[in-house]
Amino acid sequence: MRIGHIENGIVLDHITAGNGMNIYNVLKLGELDCTVALIKNADSPKMGKKDIIKISTHLDIDLDILGYLDPGITVNIIHDGEVVEQRHVELPEKVVGVIKCKNPRCITSVEREIVHEFKLTDRERKIYRCIYCEHQATK
Amino acid sequence: MKNLMNITDLTVEEIDELIAVAEDIIANPEKYQDACRHKLLATLFFEPSTRTRLSFESAMHRLGGAVVGFSEAGSSSSAKGESLSDTVQTVGCYADIIAMRHPKEGAPVVAARRAGVPIINAGDGAHNHPTQTLTDLLTIWRAKKRLNNLTIGLCGDLKFGRTVHSLVGAMARYSGIKFVFIAPEELKFPRYIIEDELESRGIEYKEVSTMEEAMPELDILYMTRVQKERFFNEADYIRLKDTYILTPDKLVPAKKDLAIMHPLPRVNEISVAVDDDPRAMYFPQAKNGMFIRMALILKMLEVKV
Repeated sequence: MRIGHIENGIVLDHITAGNGMNIYNVLKLGELDCTVALIKNADSPKMGKKDIIKISTHLDIDLDILGYLDPGITVNIIHDGEVVEQRHVELPEKVVGVIKCKNPRCITSVEREIVHEFKLTDRERKIYRCIYCEHQATK
Repeated sequence: MKNLMNITDLTVEEIDELIAVAEDIIANPEKYQDACRHKLLATLFFEPSTRTRLSFESAMHRLGGAVVGFSEAGSSSSAKGESLSDTVQTVGCYADIIAMRHPKEGAPVVAARRAGVPIINAGDGAHNHPTQTLTDLLTIWRAKKRLNNLTIGLCGDLKFGRTVHSLVGAMARYSGIKFVFIAPEELKFPRYIIEDELESRGIEYKEVSTMEEAMPELDILYMTRVQKERFFNEADYIRLKDTYILTPDKLVPAKKDLAIMHPLPRVNEISVAVDDDPRAMYFPQAKNGMFIRMALILKMLEVKV
């Protein structure tokens, strides 16, 4: 199966197979008016299978969120049909306002308008902890 | 240092310094009696804790300072629906330093972001209670004149007891420490802390189920309460509860210079008959709590004596 090239926009490549829909939802791509293609289980020499998302507009994507969700993703910026920039995302030191602390004893469960924030405490094991109660984040 | 949220916010050197100041306060109390004159401590206790609150208030009074505050959430504006952030920001306009107890974990972090004055965590749920750990460290220091080369037994509810978790984290930073965890299967010391704090640093430990197995080798015996509600069935509780009650008989094989500690309040886990044993350190421990809080207040207000 072939999905056409985009002239201007963003391609999120090397998404772990099966994770594409999650990223589509977290980035709220369903709310965009432009063409968006989610390709699942594409063949990949490097990964075996991978997901790809193509977005035909220049969107300001939070790389920290992508890095937290799937640190292997490559972000390709496309201008006039050419890749003009390629960014590799990494595990961010902090994740702010994306995931919620699930510890019912955490202050975030009662304090009004508090921003949920997690910090990377173990890069090797990809462990994030709530900056308030230190509860481990779950995706 | 701006705030104290967790015992690990303090370096070993800072802890040594606090202990040295506390020792000087004990030796020369008159030298410190006006050290915090015209300074105001706010004790914001969103849940009751008489011992910790009185210890903070006594500490500030003995430094010549003054105290305002409340002892339960019902008498604060949080009962009217005010956010913690707003309460603390307001109190920060009045006081020079705040000691706060809150039932929610991480509440002092919220406070520290908004108060504008130093915040001391006086206990946040089952999470942290750093001034209890400082109290324990001063007590060990006073009993042993060292914080290294010790065999420390921790007995009772090791699963849920935050005081033992913090104490292990704090003592694991000193050399030559060996831990003996004395607990029933249901209340064993958490595996993740053993991995993170002990095994990763090669610190010696062992797990036993009775006090008798551990007693002869211990330099410190830290007792905690075994609560009935922690057991899944009553039969297990009844079978085990007496195993973890310290009596004079159980102390027969112990070292002559053992230090017996307990964060208090005690229910029945240490027999009253042990109280007169010179090795019983739990009431001196409560007194040490006031002295180390005095040292901490001085440090956080940057008062030089």
